Amino acid sequence: MQIYLPVAELSANWLLLLGLGGGVGLLSGLFGVGGGFLMTPLLIFIGVPPAIAVGSEAAQIVGASVSGALAHWRRNNVDFRMGFVLLAGGIFGSTIGVQVFALLRKAGQVELIIALAYVVILGAIGSLMLAESVRAMRRQRLTGTTRRGKLHQHTWLHGLPLKMRFPKSKLYISALLPFVVGAFVGLLAALMGVGGGFIMVPAMIYLLGMPTSVVVGTSLFQIVFVTANVTFLQAWQNQTVDMVLAVLLLVGGVVGAQFGARLGQKLRGEQLRGLMALLVLGVALKLAFDLVATPQDAFSLGGGRAH
Amino acid sequence: MSAARAAALLLALLLACMRDAAAQPLVADLSSHEISITTGFSGTELLLFGATEGEGDVVVVVRGPAGPATVRRKSRVLGIWINTDSVRFEGVPSFYRVASSRPLDQVGTPGMRQRHQIGVGAVSARPPEGTSPERLAEFRDGLVRAKLREGLWNDVPGQVSFMGPKLFRTTISFPPNVPTGIYNVEVFLVKDGREIGAQTAPMRVKKTGIGARIYDFAHRHAAAHGLAAVLIALAAGWAASAAFRRS
Repeated sequence: MQIYLPVAELSANWLLLLGLGGGVGLLSGLFGVGGGFLMTPLLIFIGVPPAIAVGSEAAQIVGASVSGALAHWRRNNVDFRMGFVLLAGGIFGSTIGVQVFALLRKAGQVELIIALAYVVILGAIGSLMLAESVRAMRRQRLTGTTRRGKLHQHTWLHGLPLKMRFPKSKLYISALLPFVVGAFVGLLAALMGVGGGFIMVPAMIYLLGMPTSVVVGTSLFQIVFVTANVTFLQAWQNQTVDMVLAVLLLVGGVVGAQFGARLGQKLRGEQLRGLMALLVLGVALKLAFDLVATPQDAFSLGGGRAH
Repeated sequence: MSAARAAALLLALLLACMRDAAAQPLVADLSSHEISITTGFSGTELLLFGATEGEGDVVVVVRGPAGPATVRRKSRVLGIWINTDSVRFEGVPSFYRVASSRPLDQVGTPGMRQRHQIGVGAVSARPPEGTSPERLAEFRDGLVRAKLREGLWNDVPGQVSFMGPKLFRTTISFPPNVPTGIYNVEVFLVKDGREIGAQTAPMRVKKTGIGARIYDFAHRHAAAHGLAAVLIALAAGWAASAAFRRS
């Protein structure tokens, strides 16, 4: 049952890895997100070095997202114009992220930053989503239906220069906005080993005001290319991509995601978002606890390998 | 390893002992001088066996390739535990095992144990110059604990057992995360606080098969490996979902 992971240089149970991939894949199919934000911490919990977890998870997300992106493309659910602006930002952000990652690794602080990033981002996103879905559920109980308000409100964000028309999303907004969103998500992809769907999807809905029908397809389109960039750069500069690990997770993940997607069609949107919010908050709390709790041993081996 | 093979090795060894008995107080050998890390590798054990001429205690020390090791210390900053201090030791064996026929503190003298790195307290780890003794002690203990947690060093010596007055054997266990490289296996015969015989056997841990090739590719041709990784991920993701859709 053991398989030796050649780049990680450790031996792991391949059934466990397939199972992890499948479980996280199920959840990601259910919620329509990549699942990297769950997989990377889980890999670290089972003893994969954080740097390898982040690099290999990026490769897994490439594979996990490509079929989804193709499916949405076939169904004409991708706003390519928006996708390319997000992607330009994403390439920029992730390239910087990989350099920062290498520096942090040298300084022995990469684990801390990964954990802090998870706690802050997941804590914030989880709280917002939970509040939103509770509000939606309450509203529904009051009126009996989910009403949609105005498509989006006009704020100072809409006064930014470089305005661009996005016909598919029926938007006329500054190109800087999706660029910055893409760059931020790209940075997180490199540092945290995530696709960033869990942050990009809300940002596209609430910040950019895109119609929900094209949000998932467009974010998957961006995620495939940004995580491909992260995979390439992490493998090239940090040698932290273990393809045996990535492929095992991928195979489990693809199968799990198919079941998740079918299950998701039977559940209601607000409930799904509520569940997802709880999950995100759970991961954040566990990581926060690990940061605050007194470690078993204040001393650890790190940085330079022993050979 | 099969019992028959072990028996054959022991027999061969015995014959060798009889021939050289007068010349050598200690003869020992390993059941294998090479450990191959294959795709299914999950740790292994080697048998070390030998014969002594005359009474004494037998101590076995196994050391993996030495290199630098950075030990970091966390302390609480604003409620969070952060790495705030580090010491880089040089010449630290990546792997360490000791086995003995008697408790280590009853074998030889402290000076001898220090010289031959017998016991985790004696394993070499050169600190940077100017490290204060207290700091050195703290970080060295931290190093030992970290290595023990990883299962790469042992502080409870393995048992060297005698079969009859002359023949001895012990097993050396290697965990799945065993580092690759050239290992040094030393066997000492100690009597009345003095080392009266010693033998060294080299050993190698290496990756073989597809795993070794992937590792080499990832490190020697990192950019090509990155490109391949992306293509494999794309192909595997597409193929897996295509296969699933058809079924």
